Formats: sequence, C-alpha cells, structure tokens
Amino acid sequence: MPNDSVKKESKGMGIHGRRTIAYIVLALVSFLCLFWFYVLFINATRSHAELTKGFTPVPSSYLKQNLNNIMTGTLPVLRGMINSLIIATCSAVLCTYFSTMTAYAVHVYDFKLKKFMSTFILAVMMIPTQVTALGFLQLVNRMKLDDTFIPLIVPSIAAPVTYFYMKQYMESSLPLSLVEAARIDGSGEFRTFNNIVLPLMKPAIAVQAIFTFVTSWNNYFTPALILHTDTKKTLPILIAQLRSADWLKFDMGQVYAMIAFSIFPVIVVYLILSKYIVGGVALGAVKG
Amino acid sequence: MQKKGKSQVVRYNKWGYFFLLPFIIVYVVFQLIPLVNTVYNSFFENYRSGLSQIGPNFVGLANFKTIFTNGDILKYTQNTLIMWVLGFVPQIIVSLLLGAWFSDPSLRLKGQRFFKTVIYLPNLIMASAFAMLFFTLFSDGGPINSILMSLHLVSSPYRFMSHVWSVRGLVAFMNFVMWFGNTTILLMAGMMGIDTSLYEAAQVDGATSTQIFYRITLPLLRPILLYVMITSLIGGLQMFDVPQIFTNGTGDPVRTSMTLIMYLNKHLFSKNYGMGGALSVFLFVITGVLSLIVFRLNRIGNKD
Repeated sequence: MPNDSVKKESKGMGIHGRRTIAYIVLALVSFLCLFWFYVLFINATRSHAELTKGFTPVPSSYLKQNLNNIMTGTLPVLRGMINSLIIATCSAVLCTYFSTMTAYAVHVYDFKLKKFMSTFILAVMMIPTQVTALGFLQLVNRMKLDDTFIPLIVPSIAAPVTYFYMKQYMESSLPLSLVEAARIDGSGEFRTFNNIVLPLMKPAIAVQAIFTFVTSWNNYFTPALILHTDTKKTLPILIAQLRSADWLKFDMGQVYAMIAFSIFPVIVVYLILSKYIVGGVALGAVKG
Repeated sequence: MQKKGKSQVVRYNKWGYFFLLPFIIVYVVFQLIPLVNTVYNSFFENYRSGLSQIGPNFVGLANFKTIFTNGDILKYTQNTLIMWVLGFVPQIIVSLLLGAWFSDPSLRLKGQRFFKTVIYLPNLIMASAFAMLFFTLFSDGGPINSILMSLHLVSSPYRFMSHVWSVRGLVAFMNFVMWFGNTTILLMAGMMGIDTSLYEAAQVDGATSTQIFYRITLPLLRPILLYVMITSLIGGLQMFDVPQIFTNGTGDPVRTSMTLIMYLNKHLFSKNYGMGGALSVFLFVITGVLSLIVFRLNRIGNKD
C-alpha cells in the first residue's frame, strides 16, 4: 500500500476525487430520470383549482377523486387498460413460445435450409414494421380483420429479435446431449420441446415476455391505424385523444391522473422485476 | 448400428421444418406480403380527393418524383436527423461515462443496482404518455413555468411549444432520457468484456484513468460503439410517438419537428396510398442499408 500515495500524485486526480464526481453525476442523472415522475405523482394528487395556482412539492389529497373522475369520464380508460392488457399478454405468450420454437429448430436440427433461414432472420431483424405498415393495413382490410385485436397479436409470432435472444441463450445453456437423452428415453420431438426444453428456457422466456409485453403495451403506431371503435382502443390511443382534445377546458387533475394511470403500473412491475430486466438487456446485444 | 443411428438423425432433422413453420407462415403473411404490397402501391396514383376516389392508376415513378421534388422529404429527413443527433450526442457521452465508472473495479461505486435500475426505468415508459406528460409539464401554465417564475428565472411563462428549438430540444431530451440507460447497459457489457490485464499493465506503466479510457477502453469498444450508433440511428428514423403526441401530430411550429414516420402516418390516415408507398420504399431502402451494416457487425461478433 505505500505504492498508493505515489500513484495518487502521479495520476491527475485521486480515487476519492473521481468517486465524488461519479456520485455527483449519478445523482444528477437519477434526478433527470425521476423528477418527471415525481411531479406527475404530485400533480395527480391535486385538484384542478390547486393545479392552476402553481406547483408545490407536496402531494395533496385528490388522487382518489381524480381517479374516480377518469373512470366515470368520457374516455373509456378502464376499458382501454383491459384492451391493452389482453393484447400485450397474448402477444407476450405467442411471441415467446413461437420464438423459442423457431430458435429450437435452428439450434437442434440440421436441415438443408437451416443456414439460409438463420441468415435471413438475422438480416431482416432490424427492418422496422412502419415501412410495411401500408401493405399491412391493406392486407388487414382484405382479411376483414380491421378493428380487431388479431392483427395486433398474431404477427408477434414472427419476432426476429426475440428469436435471436433465445438462440443466444440456447447456445450457452441448452446442451444437445439432453435432447438426445430424451430421444433415447422415447420422448417424441414435440414433447421434448414442450416438457424438457421450455422449462429449461424459463429465465430467457421470462425476460423476453416482459420486453414483448412492455413493447406491445406501449405501442401506438399500429394500434392507432387498426382500432377505430372507442371501446376497442388501447391506452396509448386514448392518451393521443386526450392530447388532441381541447385540453385547456380539461380538468388538469384528471389529465395527470390519466397519465399516471398508464405509467405507474409499468413502473411498479418494473421495480419488482428490475433484477431480471436490467440483467437481460445486455444479453441480447452483440458479443463485442 | 451406425447406419441405423444416421438414418434416425435424418428422420429427426425433418422436424426442423415443422418447428420453423409457424414463424415462416406468419412472417410471409404479415411482413413479406405487406412489403411487396407496399412497393407495388408506390407505383400507383391512389388517393381520395374530397368524396371521390382517384385511381388506382399506374403512374410509374411519378410518386417518387413528387416526394423528392416538393422538398418535403428533405425537410422531414432533416428534422428527424437533427432531433436524433441532439439526443444521441449527450446520450453516448453520458453512457460512456457511466459505463466506464460502473465497470471500473478500482472505483468501487456503491448502490450500482439502484442507479442502473433508475436510469433504465424511462426506457419502459409508454412513449406517448411520457410525451403527454412533458406537454402538460411544459405548457404555458404548467409546473415548469411555475417553478421557473418562482425562481425568478423568467418574468412571464416561456412558451416552450411555440419556439422551434425548444420543441426540437424537448423531443431530443425525451429521447435522451428514455434511451441512455439502455445504451449504458450495452456499453457496460462491452467494457466488462475487455481483458482486465490490459488495465493492470497500463496502471503499472503509470497511465492515468483518463489515458486508460482514451487509449484502451475507447479503441477496444469501437465495434460495440458502432453497433449502438447504427441501431440508434435506425431507431431515430422511426421516431414517431414522442413528437406525434407532443405536437399533436402537427410537427409545429411550422412543421419543424415533423418526422418522416409522422409524415407517413399522415398519408396512411388520409389513405393516400401512392405517396405513402413511395415514402415507405424510401424508408425501407435507408433502414435496409443500415440493417445490413448491423447484420455484418453481428456476424463478426458471433464468430468469436
């Protein structure tokens, strides 16, 4: 340790100085991330009259009243939340199940088109859905699926990004000998996949289910083009309607409560599951 | 024995096609056919004028000619890129800094789990609700103006929504807040992968932490930095939810915050399929080229 003092002098700044700066910047950045949600929470608890008087940093007591008002208001908020929930849950289940299946096909079997398929999926991985939205809309109309949930759920079966993640995970933690052992025991291929492989993939499936759920829950572009009936709309569409309404005449307490209503459930779930989510982000990226 | 085993393997391998089938069917129906359809539409004149429907009539490349000559595409590409750059530059700087600190073992930062959880949080928030929140917070009578006035920084409410650079700046800022946590975690994963003996050797040679960062970390991080930049650019070109909700789809003031996808969305809603198709093809080509670069990077990454 006598070396330490020498080092400190030769370096531009000591370890303590650097640590202090790191903590200051981290505190600042955390403030930038949390401040908005703090203001949102405070304002959702205040009445319209209080809100027009200006901002105060302490919560008031109107949260229940505000929430009650949006439930009975003109926008079908609760219905919107249920719709969002149905679409996001179905998407997450279908997406993770079939992406695991696709990854399993490429990982375990050796067939002629294998190389082509894995290259193809990788190549189309980054193409955004927006550029095919026009043709997608026309197809949905022709299939008479306009204004239904099906075009928002079924396409999630073909999710290249989830496939890629599952394949990476299989390469590191699904030994082929296990599949062979199951075959020797007389297990059929489909049963092996459902009863042996799926349970082993649980950690990866959990991470991807969360991501798919959140992406679908937050999606605005496609649902806004497909859903037209008020009672079928999802939360993001209702938020957009709130924005385009003559919001000056609105009860601002209700506006904040509505935003809080669509943001806070995700925050609560995230805080419970954050360990898996944050750990899961990096796994899907390139192994630089 | 040997022969029997082999034929069994071949029999098993047929199952590969079976397991691939759902993906292939859904991909072809909901992605490939729409793509072909979109390209097909771009060669036709097909829109509504009042109550009457014009077309579809085959017009060749006329739609492309229109979108490139009336200047809209240039303007909206510019808007999109400006807002992307404004958000991306601080994002990459902050992410590099935080990533370097988080992965530096000599710094021994406490509460890393907490900070990582906090900075990743905005990434999961509904972009449309986040934009709506910012709109209300930064409105003329909103809390931000109220705070600024009580601190005597401004004497009358600053009209954030009516100035070009405050709107663009806020859109970029929202994108920054939503994405820097994600980038930090990706970069950190890359930094963790760097051989620690390199750092130790540099320290023995008396390098400062700044020198280590510029001479060792950054050059070794270049592939992953490139990956982050291009995927962010692809994401930036798709910028829609935030500016759409923030400006109520107008891209005001005077369409200076109108992005390419907002423009496409306009055509889709007004059912101008010819122009929408041409715009989609333009976007497809750009993102396609960028995707190919990511594809190459992924392949290189996977070979290790």
